[in-house]
Amino acid sequence: MAHVIDDETIEYVGILAKLELSEEEREQAKKDMGSMLDYIDKLGELDTTDIEPMSHVFPVQNVFREDVVTSGDMREQMLANAPQEKDGMFVVPKTFEG
Amino acid sequence: MEKQYETVIGLEVHVELATKTKIFCGCSTAFGGAPNTHTCPVCTGMPGTLPVLNGQVLEYAVAVGLATNCSITRYCKFDRKNYFYPDNPQNYQISQLYLPICRNGHVDIETEGGVKSIGIHEIHMEEDAGKLIHDEWEDVSLVDYNRSGVPLIEIVSEPDMRNAQEVIAYLEKLRMTIQYLGASDCKLNEGSMRADVNLSVREVGSTELGTRTEMKNLNSFRAITRAITGERERQIELLERGESVVQETRRWDDAREVSYAMRSKEDAQDYRYFPDPDLVPIQLDDAFIERVRAGQPEFREEKMERYRREFDIPDYDTRIITGSKHMADLFEATVELCHQPKKVSNWLMGETLRLLKEREMDPEDIRFTPAHFAKLIDLTERKVINTTVAKEVFEEMFDRDVDPEGYVEDKGLKMVGDGNALRKTVEEVIAANPQSVADYRGGKEKAIGFLVGQTMKAMKGKADPASVNQLLKELL
Repeated sequence: MAHVIDDETIEYVGILAKLELSEEEREQAKKDMGSMLDYIDKLGELDTTDIEPMSHVFPVQNVFREDVVTSGDMREQMLANAPQEKDGMFVVPKTFEG
Repeated sequence: MEKQYETVIGLEVHVELATKTKIFCGCSTAFGGAPNTHTCPVCTGMPGTLPVLNGQVLEYAVAVGLATNCSITRYCKFDRKNYFYPDNPQNYQISQLYLPICRNGHVDIETEGGVKSIGIHEIHMEEDAGKLIHDEWEDVSLVDYNRSGVPLIEIVSEPDMRNAQEVIAYLEKLRMTIQYLGASDCKLNEGSMRADVNLSVREVGSTELGTRTEMKNLNSFRAITRAITGERERQIELLERGESVVQETRRWDDAREVSYAMRSKEDAQDYRYFPDPDLVPIQLDDAFIERVRAGQPEFREEKMERYRREFDIPDYDTRIITGSKHMADLFEATVELCHQPKKVSNWLMGETLRLLKEREMDPEDIRFTPAHFAKLIDLTERKVINTTVAKEVFEEMFDRDVDPEGYVEDKGLKMVGDGNALRKTVEEVIAANPQSVADYRGGKEKAIGFLVGQTMKAMKGKADPASVNQLLKELL
C-alpha cells in the first residue's frame, strides 16, 4: 500500500466527522482510507489531456422550480422524527455562541 | 515617531432574496410564521429528498451581478460545505465555492474623500440556516427550521475599503441597488441583510496585508462603525505590544462595545467542499442574460438625473425621494395623477418624513396609495380643505390609507365656501371683540391675527385663513 494514514490524520478526520473510534476501528479505518487513496492514484495514471473536468454524472442541466408555494404546514410530520420536541421546535443539546 | 496604521476592510454581505419560496423546496419564506410551520423533508434535511433550484433565485442573483458590473459565470454549480451545527439539519450547507454565479464586479461609492470604486470578488447563491433559540427553563436549545433553505446571495468584496465611512457608503450602495431591483428589502435590523467585516491593519506605506479577523453580529450601521473602530484599536494595541493578530472569527457585542473570539480550537475550519450531486449544473446562454439585463430598472443615479430634468424640485428632495425605491415609485405615480411635483415632494419631505420618524418606520413601509395621495393634494389645491385639516387627513391616510375625499365628507371637514356664512361669522367676531378691533384700527397690525383665530374657531377650522384675513381687512 502506497498510502499510509498516520494516527494524527485519522484523529483529525474523526473530529471532522464527529466519530469516536475504538482502537480496532481506527486501525481498520486507516487501512481502508489508505486503499481508497491508492485507488484514486490509479485514476491519476490515466491520460486526461483534453478532457473537461466533470462535476456531474448525468447529462442533464438547468433543472429549475417555479417560485410557487407547493407545501403547506407539515410541522407535525417533521417533528414526528424528532427524539424530543418542545413548543413546536426540535430540542437539541445546548449550543452557545462564543 | 509613532507608527501610523492603515485599516484594510473587506466585506461579506449576505442578502435574503425576496422570493416567495425557499431556494430548493416549495416552502414559504414568509417571515414570522409559527416555528417549523414552513418546513418540509427537503429543508429539514431528511434522507432521500431531492433539492431543486428555484429559478427566481438564479434570476435575482444574475440581476444583482449585472447591476454590480460582474461577469456572469455561464457554467456554474453548487457545492456542499460540510459542518455540524444544529441550525443546519443536513450537516452541510448548499453553497457555491468553485464556480460562483458572479465574479469580478465593482460598484462606485461616494464619500467625503470623493468617488471610489470598490471591487466585488464574487457573488454566490446559498441557503440560509435555521434559528436556534435558547430555552429559558431547561439547559437545552430549540430549533426552528422556518429559515432553513431561505435563499441567500453572499456578496464578497475585495479588501478595498479603508474606514467605516467607506464601508457604510458601500453597504448603502448595495442596499439601494438591490432594493431597486426588488431582489430583497435589505433590512439590517431584521437580518435580511447581514454584513461580516473582515479587517486588518498595516503600517502606512506597506503593501502587504496584515492578519485579518472576521467580525459577525453587526445589526446596524452604528454597530458596524463602532465595531470597526474597536477592532482597529484592538489590533493596533496587539501589534504595539509586540504580539500578533490571530486569524479568527469574532462576535461583536454592541451593548458592551467589545468583541470576543467565537470558535474554539476544536472546531476545525475545514469544510471539505465538494460538488453537490443532487443538483445539476447550470448552463446560462446569452438570451437568458440579456433577458435579465433588459429587466434592469432605472437605478438611483439615472433617476436623479431624470428628476433634475423633468421636475422643478430641490436637489435635496431628489436625493431623499430616490433614496428609497418605494418612495420614488410613490412620488412618480402620484405626480402622474396630479401633475404637481412640487406639492407631492413637499408632502413627502414634510409630513411623510415626520410621521416615518415618529412611527419609527422605513420609507419602504409606507402604505398609502398614489390615488389617495393625489386626491389629498387635489382637495387642498381646490381649497376644499385648509392646510390644518389637510395635515389631519394626511395622518389618517398615512396610518390607515383612508380615502381623503370620503374622510373629509364623513367628518364634515370641508371649508365653508359659502361667502355669506363666512361674512356673518366675521361680523359676529368683530362685534364680540371691540378691544382687538380698536387695537387694529389704532395701528397694531398683529391684532388681526387674534381675530382670524377667533373666526377659525367659530368656523370649527373649516375656513380658509387667507380668505378670513382678507374679509376682516375689508370689513374693518
